[in-house]
Amino acid sequence: MLHRLRRYVADHWVMAIGLLVLLYLFVPIGVVAAMSFRDAGRNAPYSLENYKFTWAHWADPFGAAGIGHAFWLSIAIAALATLGAVILGTLMSFALARHSFRGRAATNTLIFLPMATPEIVMGSSLLALFVASGVQLGFWTVVIAHVMFCLSFVVVTVKARLAGLDPRLQEAAMDLYANETQTFLRVTLPLVMPGIVAAALLSFSLSFDDFIVTNFNSGSVVTFPMFVWGASQRGIPPQINVIGTAMFVISFLVVLIGQIPNMRRRKA
Amino acid sequence: MSALGHVGAGATGTPVKLEKPRKRWLPYLLLLPGGLWLLLFFAVPAIQLFATSLYDPSGSLEEGYAMTWQFSNYADAATEYLPHFMRSLGYAALTTVICLLLGYPLAYAIALKGGRWKNLLLICVIAPFFTSFLIRTLAWKVILSDNGWVVSTLNALHVPLPDGRLLATTPAVIAGLVYNFLPFMVLPLYASLEKLDPRLLEAAGDLYARPVARFTRVALPLSMPGVVAGTLLTFIPAAGDYINAQLLGTNRQYMIGNVIQSKFLKVGDYPSAAALSFTLMAAILVLVFVYVRRAGTDEVL
Repeated sequence: MLHRLRRYVADHWVMAIGLLVLLYLFVPIGVVAAMSFRDAGRNAPYSLENYKFTWAHWADPFGAAGIGHAFWLSIAIAALATLGAVILGTLMSFALARHSFRGRAATNTLIFLPMATPEIVMGSSLLALFVASGVQLGFWTVVIAHVMFCLSFVVVTVKARLAGLDPRLQEAAMDLYANETQTFLRVTLPLVMPGIVAAALLSFSLSFDDFIVTNFNSGSVVTFPMFVWGASQRGIPPQINVIGTAMFVISFLVVLIGQIPNMRRRKA
Repeated sequence: MSALGHVGAGATGTPVKLEKPRKRWLPYLLLLPGGLWLLLFFAVPAIQLFATSLYDPSGSLEEGYAMTWQFSNYADAATEYLPHFMRSLGYAALTTVICLLLGYPLAYAIALKGGRWKNLLLICVIAPFFTSFLIRTLAWKVILSDNGWVVSTLNALHVPLPDGRLLATTPAVIAGLVYNFLPFMVLPLYASLEKLDPRLLEAAGDLYARPVARFTRVALPLSMPGVVAGTLLTFIPAAGDYINAQLLGTNRQYMIGNVIQSKFLKVGDYPSAAALSFTLMAAILVLVFVYVRRAGTDEVL
């Protein structure tokens, strides 16, 4: 009996620690969700004390002044930055995965460096450039900055997918008299697509959630993270927690639904 | 199979030869837009940052700065803000170690014991990213507040707290940093543990290796690429962070990021801020390259 207990503990303690760590990751999300249902007066402290439940904030998620504008602005910036970074990054990853050329090591370093540089350095150096060249800070300087830091992540993600492709699939297409364009559009591109989609999702969330780089280059434009930052100094409207919780639930469901075909395949 | 590959290559041999002159330009053409973007908006700004750090500090944004090759800006910044620098590197190092200690069991459990829950558990690791990190850090403010259940539990257990509180202390800042960057540690660790063949661990067991030896002599060495990538991905952003120190700490916890941010955006002292920012970049790049060399894994990312 004791032996079996020891056996059970030996088999499961790693998983138990792992689940505790996972719990640690989820506690703040639970707090955000709880705060989104909290019925608070105007000047109530930001805490879970004297908790009263209400649906009111969920009925009016853009009810706080400026929050809706900031939210849609961040969506627009993230969409543009994702589009730019995915196009530029996919082209670069094809060059790196498919061709040998001079300057390859230098290109790899140029792509690696933004990932090894703290955001505050990238943000402040872009600010130094924009100020020195007299560029007006605003929407487009934020988009430029976001494309820059998303680009490296796109290259890494798509390149990994390209490296895992079986070159014989394309050879087979060519053997079946597909020309280069047909091979690319009907064989290579569909096979690389999961990598491109993953890169796009990553870019979108990096851009949408970015505060540090944006804070340096936004001028008077207020993105959603900038709005949250401003609110944290003045007083946090409960709608912030509504949007935070909704974003979490929607993304979680989307990713979970995306996993269903995978699970089926594994079963079969 | 390889014979088939040869046939394929042979069949397309002639057209490939014809297209060679065009193909040689193709990689450069593909690289041009993205490469230019990175040069213009990453490399050139870094040079501009260095130039800004050498401006005459007596200038101002309104009147403009004069380039006087003021290398003394670096000495001035170093003498005044050395504590902030050391604090940033110290906090980042401590955060990295704690993330490794927490992240390794989680990554190990998912990769080797996850079974059919593997994907779901992995989604749970990245789930915090689904909502804004500022909102999550504000939630920590609620959790660690003086009247929160963490402080009251610790008080009930008679755990000594600095000043009897958690919020606005160093442990709070470290907890926030660990929380924010833990997934960056877990994901690369998982990626390399996933590739680990569990039969190697069984073989070690069959050869009378005790569990500890199985871990230190088989699993850990084989997951080193993940450890290196994870520590870098945690250390670099943690060293440059200022959000956690600002929201969960006081000015006694301020890191170099707080100083850079306030000098650029509030005080408007560009030369000194640029000197600090450039020093941070240089320090981190040197650390990264030394570390990657030492760990012997050049293919980190």
